[in-house]
Amino acid sequence: MNYDHILIRYGELALKGKNQKFFIRTLRSNVQQALSDYKGLSIKGQRDHMYILLNGEDPYPIIERCKDIFGIQSFSLAMKVNNDEESIKEGTLEAIKKEEGETFKVTCKRPNKEFPKSSQEMNRLLGGHILRNTEGWEVDVHQPDAAIRVEIRHDATYITSGRTEGKGGLPVGSTGKSLLMMSGGIDSPVAGYLTMKRGVKLEAIHFHSPPFTSERAKQKVEDLAQSLTKFGGDVTVHYVPFTELQQKIFKNVPEYYGMTVMRRVMMRVSEQLAKQHDILSLATGESLGQVASQTMESMNAINEVTNYPIIRPLVAMDKNEIINIAKEIDTYDISIRPYEDCCTIFVPKQPKTRPKREKILELEASVDFTQEINEAIDQVETVVYKNNANHKQDSFDDLL
Amino acid sequence: MIYLDNSATTKPYDEVVDTFQKVATTYFANPSSIHALGGEVEALLTKSKEQIASLLKIKPNEVIYTSGGTESNNLAIKGTAHGYQSRGNHLITSKVEHPSVLETFRYLETQGFTVTYLSVDESGHISLEELKEVITNETILVSLMHVNNEIGTIQPIEQVADLLAEYPKIVFHVDHVQGFGKLSLPYHHPHLDLVTISGHKIHGLKGSSCLIKKEHIHLTPLQHGGGQEHGVRPGTENIASAVSLAKAMRIAKENEHSYQKLALLHETLVNELTKYDNVKINSPQSGASHILNFSVQNFKPEVLIHALKEEGVIVSTKSACSSKDNEVSHVLEACGLSDVSASSAIRVSMSTEQNQEEVHSFLQAFKNVMNKYEKIMGS
Ligand SMILES: Cc1ncc(COP(=O)(O)O)c(C=O)c1O
Repeated sequence: MNYDHILIRYGELALKGKNQKFFIRTLRSNVQQALSDYKGLSIKGQRDHMYILLNGEDPYPIIERCKDIFGIQSFSLAMKVNNDEESIKEGTLEAIKKEEGETFKVTCKRPNKEFPKSSQEMNRLLGGHILRNTEGWEVDVHQPDAAIRVEIRHDATYITSGRTEGKGGLPVGSTGKSLLMMSGGIDSPVAGYLTMKRGVKLEAIHFHSPPFTSERAKQKVEDLAQSLTKFGGDVTVHYVPFTELQQKIFKNVPEYYGMTVMRRVMMRVSEQLAKQHDILSLATGESLGQVASQTMESMNAINEVTNYPIIRPLVAMDKNEIINIAKEIDTYDISIRPYEDCCTIFVPKQPKTRPKREKILELEASVDFTQEINEAIDQVETVVYKNNANHKQDSFDDLL
Repeated sequence: MIYLDNSATTKPYDEVVDTFQKVATTYFANPSSIHALGGEVEALLTKSKEQIASLLKIKPNEVIYTSGGTESNNLAIKGTAHGYQSRGNHLITSKVEHPSVLETFRYLETQGFTVTYLSVDESGHISLEELKEVITNETILVSLMHVNNEIGTIQPIEQVADLLAEYPKIVFHVDHVQGFGKLSLPYHHPHLDLVTISGHKIHGLKGSSCLIKKEHIHLTPLQHGGGQEHGVRPGTENIASAVSLAKAMRIAKENEHSYQKLALLHETLVNELTKYDNVKINSPQSGASHILNFSVQNFKPEVLIHALKEEGVIVSTKSACSSKDNEVSHVLEACGLSDVSASSAIRVSMSTEQNQEEVHSFLQAFKNVMNKYEKIMGS
């Protein structure tokens, strides 16, 4: 007898009252999408647990992949046996044989009260059965090497062992959409990741200014978006041609205010694009006090142009914490590739770290960006990056 | 022609040569260049590492491309010795390593390092007890081969890695050149730090190899330059070679199951050869199936090799690197073989592509040669 399914525990999601059904459906479809290349699986989303029926597939790579899906608290390998004492004994014995270690514990639960023996009785019975039929195993109820759980339900008994932690969070797509301002640096992909963690479906906006920014900077964004798909399914990126606007800003605005004005313009473009796509919030990788544009004054001046909610998951994080997450989600190595994006390309020698709102309003009063903003939005190039698919690198496949 | 010298080198797969040619002519830009053409090449390089990583269940940035098994071994051993010199100066290897390992250690001895060369039993195995005994506070590196290239002994790599878990200061390097594609290792084992893989032994091209270097290991590079390969192996990437290696490794992994078939061929060889009174099998019974080393008493190995060549069969003496001089094999000597056997050894080495007919043809050729020359050679 082998493990025939993976049991998925929901965690937070289970608490969500009325929405629960919708959350479970969303998670189920995310799991299905992530595992779409395993044809044999079937996935069942029930109220308290989700099951992946393996139908003979190797469970370990499947668990590996599911570890990246938000909304999952933990996994266990499980087998389903009949509701009779003999089958349960046999299954428990099989389960311990797949474990390594010296000490074990059996914990029995009995939601099915019609089952003739109590949980306590079953614990003793099954523990004794293991001790009699194996060598080298001892009982340790406090810190066992192997914890076998037996759940006697109405339809059948489920025997599980081991527990792999999932990422927690909420299933992507269950709490709406956000438009992430993605530069190619270290912070924005981390912000995107954390935003997705709370169930948000991500679209991203990237500003590029050829020939001032390199095509390699855009490739970085493509690769980052692609990396994020393993957590959030498809990621749509809107590439905004920013050359005209950027040149206009730097012709008409004194150098030390250029940066702030540029960010305000980006924010306006983002909001407009979000509206166009029925997206209700923006997300950024800003972290308080990190660089010139992230002082309180600066945020205040930039935020003024929109009344959209701005999700800033990194706002209270230290740089080191951000870097650690970037490494963990494999975006760090992409982000540190040395190509400039349009936020760094015209960086003035002395940017205003404490820009004055009044001064900016005065400066902007004499230049109107509306037309260029509309043109930029008309020329947006939109690309969808898909999970599992190796987008533009398909041409490499026959080489490898 | 029947080629049975696959541990010296293999014939590259057509697909691998094809890939090399396509990549060399199409993706010739420098991956460090900032134009899009460079970006494409960089993406291809990354993709090739991702493929190797997923094959071995490691991380893409743990793949360092090199020019050969010899370079990977040098980089792993010297890089560790110099990189971790401040933690100690004692190194451990075995007496039966390939010259690219042994000579590197000999060199390090001239640089102030102390080296312990583990002995082996008659089957070529090191002992875990001896390894445990010789470890000191100064030990910073253990380097062992997986499959011996002369006689096929399989060292207990996983047990050594488990053992070294108790010595967090020690870096563990494995010369996996003769094992990859035939006998797998637990590449993701947290104490398997460095692994050498060579392309031309697995139907890849000469000059295409890699060193698996776990993220937490910091090597002093052999050469200094523009920071490529995380600074560990600078120099403009040989992208065609890299991609062709990734392909050869993929095919080798996919064919790994054919290795089981070699066990049968190996058995046939042993059964048939031992029927000759003057043949003595030098490979251990528990050894790898693709390598069979034996001595023919009173037969100079060169003569046998040339005679077999006339019959259309290619085999070799000892390892290719040392087969040109007439010295006694250091491996057979370490296993305690008599001088006579140790200097008259022949090696038959198979690829996963080999079949039953070829083995029978070899046996027939061997028989012909024995009939023809035994009277002259036999004393
Ligand atoms: C065990 C072993 N290590 C290292 C090497 C050297 O590899 P390369 O010829 O790729 O430099 C060889 C090849 O002869 C070998 O058999």
